Amino acid sequence: MNQGIPLEYYLILASAMFFIGVYGFLTRRNLITILMSVELILNSVNINFLAFNRYLFPGKLDGHFFSLFVIAVAAAEAAVAIAIIINIYRRFTTINVEDVNSLKY
Amino acid sequence: MSLENFTVMRHELLLTLAFLVILLTEVFTGEEKKERVRILAVIIFAIVTVVGFLPLPEGSIFGDMFRATRTTSLMKNILNIGTLIVFIQSYSWLGRAENRDRIHEYFMLLMTTLIGMNFMISAGHFLMFYIGIELATIPLAALAAYERFRNRSAEAGIKLILSSALSSGILLFGLSMIYGTTGSLYFSEVAAAVRDMPLVILGFIFFFSGMAFKMSLVPFHLWTADVYEGAPVNVASYLSVISKGAAAFIFIIILFTVFPIIIATWEKTIWVIAVLTITIGNLFALRQKNMKRFLAFSSIAQAGFFLLGFIGGNQLGMTTVIYYALVYIFSNLAAFGVVSVIAEKTGRESMDDYDGLYRTNPGLSIAMMLAMFSLAGIPPVAGFFGKFFLFVAAAEKGYYVLVTIAVLNTIIALYYYLLVVKAMFINRNEAPIEPFKSDSMSKLGLAICLAGIIVTGFASSIFEMIRNLSYGI
Repeated sequence: MNQGIPLEYYLILASAMFFIGVYGFLTRRNLITILMSVELILNSVNINFLAFNRYLFPGKLDGHFFSLFVIAVAAAEAAVAIAIIINIYRRFTTINVEDVNSLKY
Repeated sequence: MSLENFTVMRHELLLTLAFLVILLTEVFTGEEKKERVRILAVIIFAIVTVVGFLPLPEGSIFGDMFRATRTTSLMKNILNIGTLIVFIQSYSWLGRAENRDRIHEYFMLLMTTLIGMNFMISAGHFLMFYIGIELATIPLAALAAYERFRNRSAEAGIKLILSSALSSGILLFGLSMIYGTTGSLYFSEVAAAVRDMPLVILGFIFFFSGMAFKMSLVPFHLWTADVYEGAPVNVASYLSVISKGAAAFIFIIILFTVFPIIIATWEKTIWVIAVLTITIGNLFALRQKNMKRFLAFSSIAQAGFFLLGFIGGNQLGMTTVIYYALVYIFSNLAAFGVVSVIAEKTGRESMDDYDGLYRTNPGLSIAMMLAMFSLAGIPPVAGFFGKFFLFVAAAEKGYYVLVTIAVLNTIIALYYYLLVVKAMFINRNEAPIEPFKSDSMSKLGLAICLAGIIVTGFASSIFEMIRNLSYGI
């Protein structure tokens, strides 16, 4: 196994995905795209867990199970978020965050 | 699974049972009787709270994934009391016409978050901790967006769900690094394998940021004021008290049981974050005009005071954090209770509306005054002792500079808390809030809070009891 792709490559991929996700979260203006950025962050976590588990601790399955649960919880989170986004669309007739700004300093 | 296992996780099972009872009542009651779900929920939850105080067998089940000790049991009882007060306070708000068909949803979602918090506090494994923290935050977003015909409520909901999703992403990224270095997710095994090395520190910083989001510590506090202002008052009070208290409890447990080896690192981090949180929370609270925003920033500053108990990692620190959480629950719920009654009856939330409140509603003004005194830390009430013990805990470890900064900040805090008292008692107002009679449930909620403020301050046996149950590193 270890003569294949080295562990570092997976970690670099995961870190890149994580920071792309954070960047997208902070710069995108569409609520759905922000939600997609969050999914990117959570999936980078999954890659990290799976790569660590496969390469460093192949005897145990902790990381695999954790990523399964992350996927399930992310789905629940997305469901609630999309429900609220639909409500926002009905209230404001837009899902652009610049226009959803009735609360501010 | 034997009967023993069930009694170990009694709090969670009872809550689940209560949840199911509410669900079934919703199915089997007719349209015109829906309002009675409120009183049923309050009674059931009161029973759950009382049963929680019965002595509990300690132990760990599910292969050490779930641990129940007397400390965790005490924390859950404190959260139960707070939630019961929130239930009582939301009684009249739920009677409104637009909420009437969704009363059970409110109670079910709140109970779900409480189950999540209980699992989070009892966790012995990071997977259990993660499930608990998500179960405690996702339904809260739905609750923040509960008043679905108001723009602000929907906006508060989306702000809460997106920032909590980002924060749990950051937290998980940190966890994955800690997993990579230690090879386990059990608290005990991670604690044994943690070393002072770069990847652990990096993972810890990510983990810390995620938790700071949940506790709304500066610089991760920006969602707090918006969500509190937009959400319904009772949901905001739940968020500011129960949710924050649970986050503080689990944070201190994880710091003490999982990361005692790298204490040198996290002490410095907490030092800086505590100073920032208290100062910035106070400075922003000074310029707020809306009562809910004002209480939001005051709760950010209070979260900073919690950190004083974290630092040093001794038994006294943990005792003071639990004691302070108890005092904070009573004081903040009293303040939110008054705001909620006034918002419910008159729809006014601005601080200027409180001018001359004493002339028209003396009872509410006195309740608010006691709450403000307790939050500010004026001697006869409990808030003073809570802050005092926190300062002692930090000073015992030699953090004199930190304690000095915190004491200076209490003076700033005193100024803005007394501004509210001054508005109610001294300021004149052409159009004060009309005199009104609050309903008996709001009175009951306020009475419990005020009794709690006074009793926890005077009865030193409460502090001694918490001290016997706490542990340090």
